[in-house]
Formats: sequence, structure tokens, C-alpha cells
Amino acid sequence: MAVIAGSRGATPRVATSVLAGAARMLQRNLLVYRRTWRGSLFGSFLTPLLYLTAMGIGLGSLVASGGSTLLGGVDYLHFLGPGILASSCMQTASFESTYPIMGKISWRRNYEAILATPMQVHHLLIGELSWIGFRMTSMATVFMIVLTVFGIPRSPLALLAIPAAVITGLAFAAPIIAFSATRHNDSGFAALFRFVVNPLFLFSGTFFPVSQLPDAVEWVAAATPLYHGVALVRGAVLDSMPATWPLHLVYLVVFLGVTAVIAERLLRRRLVK
Amino acid sequence: MPPTDEVLVHARGLTKRFGAFTAVNGVDFDVRTAEAFGFLGPNGAGKTSTMRMIACSSPVTEGELTVIGMDPRSQAAQIKARLGVVPQTDNLDAELSVEENLLMYARYFDLPMSVARPRAAELLEFMQLAERAGDQVEPLSGGMKRRLTIARALINEPELIILDEPTTGLDPQARHLLWERLYRLKQRGATLIITTHYMDEAEQLCDRLVVMDKALIVAAGTPRELIEQYATREVLELRVPDAARAGLNGRLDGLAERIEELPDRFLLYAADGEQALEGVHAREIPIESALVRRATLEDVFLRLTGRSLVE
Repeated sequence: MAVIAGSRGATPRVATSVLAGAARMLQRNLLVYRRTWRGSLFGSFLTPLLYLTAMGIGLGSLVASGGSTLLGGVDYLHFLGPGILASSCMQTASFESTYPIMGKISWRRNYEAILATPMQVHHLLIGELSWIGFRMTSMATVFMIVLTVFGIPRSPLALLAIPAAVITGLAFAAPIIAFSATRHNDSGFAALFRFVVNPLFLFSGTFFPVSQLPDAVEWVAAATPLYHGVALVRGAVLDSMPATWPLHLVYLVVFLGVTAVIAERLLRRRLVK
Repeated sequence: MPPTDEVLVHARGLTKRFGAFTAVNGVDFDVRTAEAFGFLGPNGAGKTSTMRMIACSSPVTEGELTVIGMDPRSQAAQIKARLGVVPQTDNLDAELSVEENLLMYARYFDLPMSVARPRAAELLEFMQLAERAGDQVEPLSGGMKRRLTIARALINEPELIILDEPTTGLDPQARHLLWERLYRLKQRGATLIITTHYMDEAEQLCDRLVVMDKALIVAAGTPRELIEQYATREVLELRVPDAARAGLNGRLDGLAERIEELPDRFLLYAADGEQALEGVHAREIPIESALVRRATLEDVFLRLTGRSLVE
């Protein structure tokens, strides 16, 4: 048997590049996902199917066609479809940034094990964000197929809704990972979903235009990433991209960048003591 | 491979503070290549903090530290590439199989799969885990998880292996198997740094050791040297009937180099325990039972760190 420890011959390589490090973390999550992808993909089919049937068609039939000017000249099913895509990405990305991250920080302490190797904190973070980006991409793709079955997309431009939905999800993942890095148990997560994620789901233009809200609330909604994500995704799917699209995109990218830097700081503070 | 004079880990005035709390207070030590070096001490003595600094997992607050000729402040990744770390509590990846744990860990070290696969198979064999390669981690016994954690720490063929309480919580069979495997690693030239509060483990494994207490190193040397310096060759343990205890005062004086009174017995530290016992008989001191044994590191440890409970 070969010498296991103490060998002097080989010079160990060091994964110094950020991309290589992040790719390892992504690889680890994909390895785990190999066992669970069927269920998660099935869920990605089911969610839009249920929402579009119950609310788009069921509830939508009650929404008078007179409302269509406010909805941008489309019926309720068309209005709702892209909104649900963006907000489902928000919900999944948010979930992926809470319990699984907490588990790797303190319950199963995966990060402690990984940081004993040449891997660094920003490799972990970028790897996790890449992983969530991967999940968002597959989810948004499945969603687009369902939307197409319902005849919702207007043109091939609709494909741009996929990257838009992914960025929307990531703009939630980064700040929520930052939040998780400060938690010592999961009690904050219920509050996060109850007071942040779910209200955003209801009030960020998924189910009705934000313009219907009182001005003050409208401004709050406009400050959240979901509002901007919904605007982009809906613009792409319905081929009615608002002239303000660069602003929405810049908002999401800057929000993602700033919160990712904060997440890195907080993770480092938590993991390197 | 016998220990050499080459210094692999060098620490002077090494200090770790967490806010106002000082976990390690200016310690000096040198670990030489190919030796097994032990950190002994009660809970909270600063062993783990010291280990974590050596492993570059915890930034040095103050003082000098060199690991494999490099500075943890600026070359942490390069050092870590040549270390194997076995933490106090297993942190295996519960979502991966036994073999995947090793393969994925190899990836974190940037080892290609073509290198990782045969090495993982070899390590599973070495740690008697080959039959469980495809199993999930969770149902494994404590001893198996521990062996897998050690196998994982060896995946990058480390020059320095850091083990924090490697056998805590294991049954005697599992402990002896681990000791034997660690001994074999050392035979192959690996340098081991071990923390433990099992004195028999330290005597079995360590060429040299330091005893830490309250953030300081209070003694250093080989197990033999420490016993010679802080204990005697033998110890006479005497149990005296409770009734006779009060009337005993002073009657044991002079029978041994040092006498320690415990609630249930007296310990007489003497070069020759039998001779001390004869003295006890000669003075007609009433005893319930008497035992002569060799002094151990445990005697050293208790003398240096006291008998009060650390919690």
C-alpha cells in the first residue's frame, strides 16, 4: 500500500481561483440533488399548474374583463402567469437560503468541514448562490413550459423571463443568506416568511398591479426586489417590456451585489473565529 | 520513522482572545516532524483554540506561529492543503454516502477524481470501512463515523494531522483500533498533534506532550519525563476506615515523598510503594485496603491541574 500521510513527493495543489472553489460547492449540492431532483422538478410543474388553474382560470373568470386596462390590456390568466413565475422563484430561493444554509452552518457543520480545506468563505457563498441560480433556472424553465401550455407567452422574447426570474430569486437569496448567518436557531425563519416573504408575494404585483395600492404602500413595494423582478418577467412573457426595464435590471443587480458582499462579511464573522 | 529535529510547528507567545476572554495566553511550543505531540488539559484549558489556530481555522490574536514553514496569517490556504484535520465533533456530510464524503472532500482540495477514487478506496480499506462505502453516513456507529472522519482527513495525504479528542465517546474496541491506525500513520512519517483528556491515550500515542491549564502551558516533556518530574515512580493508595481517619493525623508523615489526602483514600507518592506499605504496617496504622501501582500521567495531570471539577 502506498504511503498515506507524510509524503513529500507531490506538491499539493491549492484551489485559489474563486471559480474553482465555487464550482466545488456547486458540485457538492448537485451530488446531493441527484437523489432528490425528481421530486423537486415535479413540484416545479405542480406549482404553476395549480395557481394558473385555480386563480388564473377559476378566479380569473370572475375578474371582469373591464379590469383589463389596469392589467395592461390582458386577461387575468395572462397577468397572473408571469407574476407567479417571479414570486415562486422568490419563495424557493428564500427557502433555500434559510434552513439548508443554517444546517450547513450549525446543525451539520458542513462549512466547518469545508473551511478546514483550502476552500474559503467567498467560495462557499458564490457556490451556494450558483446552486440557487441553477435551481432557479431549472424551475423557471419548467414554469415556462407550463405557461406555454396555457398559451401565455406572446413571443420568443418570453425566454428572457428565465434569466430575469433567476436574478429575482438571487436578489432574495443573498440577503437571506446574510440573515441566516446571524441566526443561532431557526426561530427567525418563520417570522421571515410570515412578515417578509409572504407579504411580498401578496403585494408586489403578482396578483394585482401595485398601482392599486395606497401610495405609501406602493413605494414600499417598489423598494423590494420582487416588484422589479415581476416587472421584468411580466414584460418579457407578455412582450410588453416597460421602457424602464434597465432601471429594474440595475436595481436587481445592485441589490444582489450589495447584499452578497454583506452576506460574505456575516458568514465570515460567523464561521471564522 | 523516528521523530526528527526539524520543527514543523513553531509557536512563541501564541495568544487567542475572544473579546475580553483569553482562551490561550502566550504559549510556546515546537512540534517536530514525524512525532506525535499531545495537548493535555481539562475542558476549557485552551487546547482546542490552540489546535484551531494551528489548523488556520481561527486567526491568531497575537504572537508567533509557523506551520510547515508558513505563516497562517498570509498562507492559510497553502498550509491547509497540507493538513488533515479531525475536529472534536464529527462534521461528516450527512447528505452524502461514505465514499462520496471522501470523494467530495478530495474535490475541496482540488484533487482530480482519477487521484481521489483509488485513494478513497485505499483509505476505506485502511479504516475498515470498505464494506460500507455505498452506505449513508447517519446509520454508522460512533466508531465508524470517527474512522471515516479520520479517513477524510487523510485524503490529501497530509504531512501534519491534527486530531482533537480523536477517541472521546468511543468504546474500548473502537479506541484500540484507532490507536493502532494512528500509530501506523506515525510509522509512515506523518506528524500527529493530538488533544485528549485520556491519559492512557496520551501515554500510548504521544512522544512528547504539554499540559495546558487555564490558557497556559503548565508542563512539557515526554510522558516519562513528566512522571519523573511531577510524580514518583510508584503510588501507594490507602483506604483507611472512617473511624480511624481522625486519629491518623500526622502518622503517615515521612513514609512518602508526597502525600495527598482524598475524601475516600490517601495517595502516597514514593519511589518504592511496597517499602512505603511496610512502613504503614510497621506504624500499625489501621487500613481497609492498600494498592501499590506505577505512577501514571493521570497523577501528573491531577497534580498540575487540580482535582476540582471543570465545567
